[in-house]
This record gives sequence, structure tokens and C-alpha cells, in this order.
Amino acid sequence: MEQVLIIVAVIVVLFGGGIAAFRSPLVRSRRGSQRRGLQRRGSQPPDPGAAGQSSDAATSSGAATLAPPAGLASVPGVPQTEQPPPSAGRMVRLRGRLARSQSALGSALLSLLSSANLDDQTWEDIEDALITADMGVGPARQLVAQLRTEVKVAGTRDTATVRALLRADLIAQLGPDLDRSLHTKPHGDRPAVLLVVGVNGTGKTTACGKLARALVGDGRTVLLGAADTFRAAAADQLQTWAERVGAQVVRSDREGADPASVAFEAVNAGIERGIDTVIIDTAGRLHTKAGLMDELGKIKRVISKHATVDEVLLVLDATTGQNGLRQARVFAEVVDVTGIILTKLDGTAKGGIVVAVQRELGVPVKLVGLGEGPDDLAPFEPEAFVDAILGG
Amino acid sequence: MFETLSDRLTQVFSALRGRGRLSAADIDATCREIRIALLEADVALPVVRQFIAKVRERASGAEVSEALNPAQQVIKIVNEELIEILGGQARRLRFAKVPPTVIMLAGLQGSGKTTLAAKLALWLKSQANTPLLVAADLQRPNAVQQLQVLGERAGVPVFAPYPGNGVGDPVRAARESLAEAKRKLYNIVIIDTAGRLGIDEEMMRQAADIRDAVDPDEILFVVDAMIGQDAVQTAQAFLDGVGYDGVVLTKLDGDARGGAALSISQLTGRPVMFASSGEKLEDFDVFHPDRMASRILDLGDMLTLIEQAERTFDSDQAAAMAGKLASGDGFTLEDFVEQLAMVRKLGPIGNLLGMLPGAAQNRELLSQVSDKDLDRAAAIVNSMTVQERKNPKIINGSRRSRIAAGAGVTVGEVNSLIVRFQEGQKMMRQMMGGIPGMGGMRRGGQKAKAKAKKKGGGRPANTLGGRSSGGPAGLPAGLGQDGGGGPGGPGVAARGFGGLADGLGGTGLGDNPLRLPGGLGQGFPAPQPKLPPGLRGPVPNRRARQGRSQGKKGR
Repeated sequence: MEQVLIIVAVIVVLFGGGIAAFRSPLVRSRRGSQRRGLQRRGSQPPDPGAAGQSSDAATSSGAATLAPPAGLASVPGVPQTEQPPPSAGRMVRLRGRLARSQSALGSALLSLLSSANLDDQTWEDIEDALITADMGVGPARQLVAQLRTEVKVAGTRDTATVRALLRADLIAQLGPDLDRSLHTKPHGDRPAVLLVVGVNGTGKTTACGKLARALVGDGRTVLLGAADTFRAAAADQLQTWAERVGAQVVRSDREGADPASVAFEAVNAGIERGIDTVIIDTAGRLHTKAGLMDELGKIKRVISKHATVDEVLLVLDATTGQNGLRQARVFAEVVDVTGIILTKLDGTAKGGIVVAVQRELGVPVKLVGLGEGPDDLAPFEPEAFVDAILGG
Repeated sequence: MFETLSDRLTQVFSALRGRGRLSAADIDATCREIRIALLEADVALPVVRQFIAKVRERASGAEVSEALNPAQQVIKIVNEELIEILGGQARRLRFAKVPPTVIMLAGLQGSGKTTLAAKLALWLKSQANTPLLVAADLQRPNAVQQLQVLGERAGVPVFAPYPGNGVGDPVRAARESLAEAKRKLYNIVIIDTAGRLGIDEEMMRQAADIRDAVDPDEILFVVDAMIGQDAVQTAQAFLDGVGYDGVVLTKLDGDARGGAALSISQLTGRPVMFASSGEKLEDFDVFHPDRMASRILDLGDMLTLIEQAERTFDSDQAAAMAGKLASGDGFTLEDFVEQLAMVRKLGPIGNLLGMLPGAAQNRELLSQVSDKDLDRAAAIVNSMTVQERKNPKIINGSRRSRIAAGAGVTVGEVNSLIVRFQEGQKMMRQMMGGIPGMGGMRRGGQKAKAKAKKKGGGRPANTLGGRSSGGPAGLPAGLGQDGGGGPGGPGVAARGFGGLADGLGGTGLGDNPLRLPGGLGQGFPAPQPKLPPGLRGPVPNRRARQGRSQGKKGR
């Protein structure tokens, strides 16, 4: 073992800081929690101007019937402009779909909770059920501990009571008072700018397309900036989306162009053409690639020269496990994420990572993707989400 | 919270050093920690349960070995079990007796099928095959174009009879591709299918139809290494819906632990055959179970490092050197350069650093470190006179410039080497003063001090890093003048790491009370945060042994 000692000693003298590079994840997480504390304190009451969208969603649920079942097979190859339905009331329509994927967890939880004998084993099973939803060990434990106390205090095993307690706890975990409105309204003559970021394959381009569709449906003019100049045919994919709904696209004519310049052009074009909302699609990048993260920082900086970046939306795949937390942390550090789009929630996934991410970073989930249909993007509502989980 | 399994186990075992055998309660505690560690690595719950049962069985019968402390022993068991599950049935790609060999890819949306198809094609092509890529993803907008572009990049032809975007029949495309391959004599056909969810019955039926149409020799299930607990359901759904013969893990260049690999191999019995780890088409290789096991545990490759080190170093000499290290001033620049030569023999310094746990998170930084830094440091010391090496304090400005000229480096580099060396020595003295009772111990004490030296690494590093990032004004004199430190020189390395070192300062140091064996740490004033992971590896081992030998002496 002396040998290893010597190696390390030599390395220390040689590189000095080199060793410190292997810094403790603990240090990082501690800093993360400080930041969380700050953000919690800093989180303001919901912006009245922009709250319209979510309240619309709650009130006019009848609009849901307007949505045509735009089957994918029926989408014609020759682009033609469609009139997408407004975004309001989508969560209601999609609740059924969500329930299908989530009820397993809900029924498992409830059957456990209503069992006659709430012993340690049962509580452990409940914890396991939550962990299986990718909630993470820490949050799951905390939730179970809390629920345990509450059940004890309430002194009842009545299923309805326990269910209500569980529902309240789950909603509390999801931070219901966070501002989930999407700032898409133009500022005077300048468009609102949305930057969409995330790791590879989470569905950024698709989310951009769906978002554009929803905004067009709400009567906005939308311009899409194809700043994903890396992946083959990404710009084409975005253009296809845009053509379907009649949004404009700014793209580079060659592959591998500087994404920041494309984003800049897109914002410029948005200002010139008097567009309401500009959505910038960026290339997927793993949060571990420092160079690519710098590039992302540059994109945001460059846009900020001409317009304010109103939203930085991190696209997270609902099937992602605990790594989602690391992704969110790094992206938040680089571009200051303001909201999360949780995609592919219609799979068998439970999207428990939402809880972990919101707790850790205080960044609210603003939109959820619930299917392959072009209108399957909905504002996130914690209550509806929890009800769906509990099969309610 | 503890991040890695080795950490958790170290914590569990801190209470039972010196015991000869693990009690049932110890094993329970251990298993709980293993459970959490695996869950945090996204291993699916049912798999964790099975796995724990197996480990428990093996651990309860195990004697404590001479060479390993209990924590390491359990890690060894876990590691072996992991490798067994992951690599039990590793096999090569099956080729058809009569070409073309048909390989079909299936998986969730966004798992990386299209990119992987091109990577696989390139890999096969490099082995003197003639692959044909087939665009059967007619669903996602412009997936066909993406495959065409990638095919062009890989220099592999793409068969795309339909434009995609919802137009065309993927089953027919797949069927026609076989005729195309026979006609043009391609020996392998790779079919890229649309991403689909396990619960989407219609799409699963389509996948099954493609399968029935082309009768593939291999169906590969492409899965994102970042997938969470859902891996199990998805893997099972695809197994039931389409069936597959092998698994491909993608996006392994991220920092996901990849517990999914374990879950899927365990539950389906299908081996992970390939791993894709980068954005370039060349970033693709066959899967190595042992590396994956280390990754899930976040072990680094300490065992290899120790093995290599033991082969290279003479053990008596190493013990003597460790003693010198511990005594602070006794470790001269001459000793340093001597050891440097030994370290050099171990192979590229980048690889060496990469073997330390936690290295995976800092790969970018590791790539900046080169062997030239070692050579340069050796050159600097070799340009000193014997006296200077024994007593670096006498090195004044004129000596400095002479040494710099002799070594062919800038004065700044000479200076920064000396500064780091002296700070290292100072750190050791501080550690001795800070821990009462340490001076009285002979062998054990020396070792502990030597370890302190290692830990101390955090601090000089931090000062350096902090100053460097603060701009030239705050740099130590020589380094400041130098301005750049020379490309790739030690100065640069220190600066590169500097930015990351923030917040580490005292933490590396204050760790002792927690980590030292009973009695040693008491009275040490600092708070008790944790050690940076890079230093973790060898330390528990040392400490454990030390603890045991002390125990014996005490009796």
C-alpha cells in the first residue's frame, strides 16, 4: 500500500490542484442545497400577467373536445397548415392517458395503506413503491416518515383518510405554489424568447414543435430557431413541425454552423417580423461535456444581447432515473433553467424524478408530454398529476 | 448523504474494525447500504432484492481475509456478483449462414437507435463487412433524412424506399431491403425502426410484423444508460412484444451509473453486447462487464492501480519512502524525482489519474494532463544542484533562472513546483501538530501522517487554484510573471483544476476525526466533512489495517 501512497504524494506535488479536481459530490450537493434555499426564498408569487394560461386550462375544460384526433398515420407527407386547438384544458383530456400509465403505483400504494396492519414491512413496501417511481431514496424516505407520523396522529386506517393524507403529501412534494406559467407574451415590440435545452434523445425538437403548435393554437405568431446544427436532419425535423402548423423557421443552410449565430439570427428575424414568440431548439448535449455546456452558455449570452430570454426550458425524459437530477443541476448552473418539460410521461414511467428535481433545484415542471400526438403537450398541474397517480 | 457504495460501506464498517468475522447485524446494515447504493444507481428494485439475497448469502459465510478489510471484502463480493450477472453470457454477434445477416434495432423513443445504426454499420464495415442501413423509422419527422446523412458520414449505403414523416409502410421497407441486399450483395442489413413505448400495442405489433417479415438473425434492444426504474417494465414489454437477443447501452459517456444494464441482464437473461459512448460515429465498442461493474459501484480502478504499483515498486524501498513522507522535511526533492521515475513506469499519468475513483466526472480535465508535465518536473529537479535538492530554501532568484534555463522551462514553472513542494511539506507539519497523540505512535503514526500528507493535497491545490483563477495579480510571484505557465506545464494543470477546487479548502483536511481509527481523531478541532472522492480509494484500506495492527499492539 505504500506504493499507492507514494503515487498520490507525487501527484499532489506535481499537479497541485489536480487532486482537488476529484472533488466530493457532497460538496456539490451541499452547494446545491444552499442554492435551493436561496431560490425558495426568492420565488415570488405567480406573475399575474402570465397566469392566464394555467387558469384558462382550469376553467375551460370544455375546449378539450375541440381537439381533433390527429393520428400520425393521417399526417400527409406534403405539408399543409393545420389549425391546432388551443392549449387550454389539455391536462383534463390527457388525464385518462396519464392514469393508464400510473395507476399501478397508485393502487399498490393504496392497497398497502389500507392493509389492516401497518407494520414496518408495509411501510418499507410503500417506500419501495415510491422508489420504483424513480422518486429517489431520500424523498421517498422522507415522504414515508411524514405519512407515518400523520397516520399515527390521525389515528385512523380509514382508506379515504389515508388516501387524502397521501394525496396531500404528494402534492406538497410537488411544490403546488411554484409559478408554473409560461412567459410567452411579447414585450412591446420584442418577442418572448424560449430556449429549449436538454440531453440527447429527450425529445427537445418534438417538444419545440408541440409547443409551437400550442402557441399557434392560442393565436400567437411563432418563429422556431433551429440551433441544433449538430444532429443530422434535426433542422429538417423542426421544419416539418413548423410547416404543419404554419410557424416560421430560421435555420442554417449548412450542417455544423455555429448554433449561437443561428439563435441570434432567429431572434433578429423575430424582432423584424414582429413575431410574438421565438422558440430556440438546441442540440442535445450530455451535461458532462464541458465544451458543449459552454456552447450553450454562449447561445444564451448571444441571445441576451438583443432580447431577454424569458424561459429556459429543460427537457427531461420521464423514464430517466436518478441521473436526471444531475442533468438538471448542471443545466441550471450553466443557463439558469426556469422550467422543466417532462416528456414521454405516457410510457410506463412514473416520472418520480419530478419530485427530486423540484426539491433539489426549486425549478417547477411547467409542461408535460403525454404522447406522440401533436397536441399531447399539456401544462403541468400537480393536483391533476397526483390524482392521476392515485387513479383518482 | 453518501454517494457511492464504497463510501457507504466504509461508514458501516468503521464500527467493526478489528473483528474477525461479520455478525448478522453487520451484514444487515451492509445490505441496507448496498440496497440504497444500487437504487441510486437506478438498478431496478426486484433486481436489487435478488442481488442482496445473493450477497447476503455469500457474505455471511465469508472469513475476513488477510489482505482485505471487511468493507473491501464485501465490495469484492458485490463486484464479482455484478460481473457475473453482467457478463455471464457475453457473446459475439451471430452471422447468418447465408448472407445477408439481418440485424434489427428496437427501443424507446430517443434511446439513440438511428445514431446507433450508423455506428454499428461503421463498426461492421471496419471488419470487412458490407452493411446496408435500412430506414424503417417512418414515424418521427425526418428520421429517414437523419439516417441518410449518418450513412453518408459512415460511408455506408442507406436503403430508404419511403420518404418517412408518416408516409410508407415500414414492414414493406424492411422486406424490400432483403431483396435489395441480395441483389447488391450486401452481407449485413441493419434495420432502424421507429421508437415505441412498451405499452403501445399497435406499435409493438408493427415491430413484430417487421420481425416476421425479415426474420432477423439478431434483434438488438437499444436502451439509454440513463433510464431509471422503468427499465424493467420496458425491457419486459419489448421482450414480450418483439423479443430480442442482445442489449445495446447508449449514452454511456454521460455520468449515469447505468444500473439499467444490470436490471435488464438480470431479468431477461439477455446479455449487453455493445456500448455506445459518444457523439462521434467511432464511439462504439463491445461491452465490458467488469468496467460496467466498477461504474455502477463508482469504484474507479483502484485494484488495477494497486496491482500495477506493487509490481513496479520495491516494497522495502516503498516503506522507507513512506516513512520519509511522514516525517515532513525528510522527503526531499531528490526523493521526489526518484519516485517520479517510478510513477512514470506505471504508464501514462492520465490513465493513472483515471483509475482513481471519481475520475469519470472529470474526464475533460484529465485529458489536459500529460506525461510531459512529469518530464518537465523531473527536468526542473534534475537541473538543481545536490544542495538545492536537499534544501530548496536556498534557491534564490539567480539560482531559479539558472535552473529554468537548464530545464528549458520558464522561471514561473520552477517557482510553482517549489511552492507546491513546500506547501506539501508544511501541510504535513500542520497535520502532526493538529492531531494529539499522533507523534507518539511509531509505525502506525507515521503512516497516518503520511496519509495526512495525501489529504493535505486538497489545500495547496485550493490555494493555488484560487489564486490562479483570481488573475495574475494573486499568483505567486514567479507564476505571475510567467503569465501563462507555458502550455501544458504544471501551472496550467493547476489552473485548469483550480476552478473546480472551490469550496474544497478545509474539507479535505477536516475529515480526520471521522476517518481515523478510534482514539486518533479525538481532539482534532476541525469540522467533519468528507474527503474528495479521488483520495478515498486507498485510505479506508490503510486505515483499516492500521486500526487492526494497533489493536493488536494495544493488547
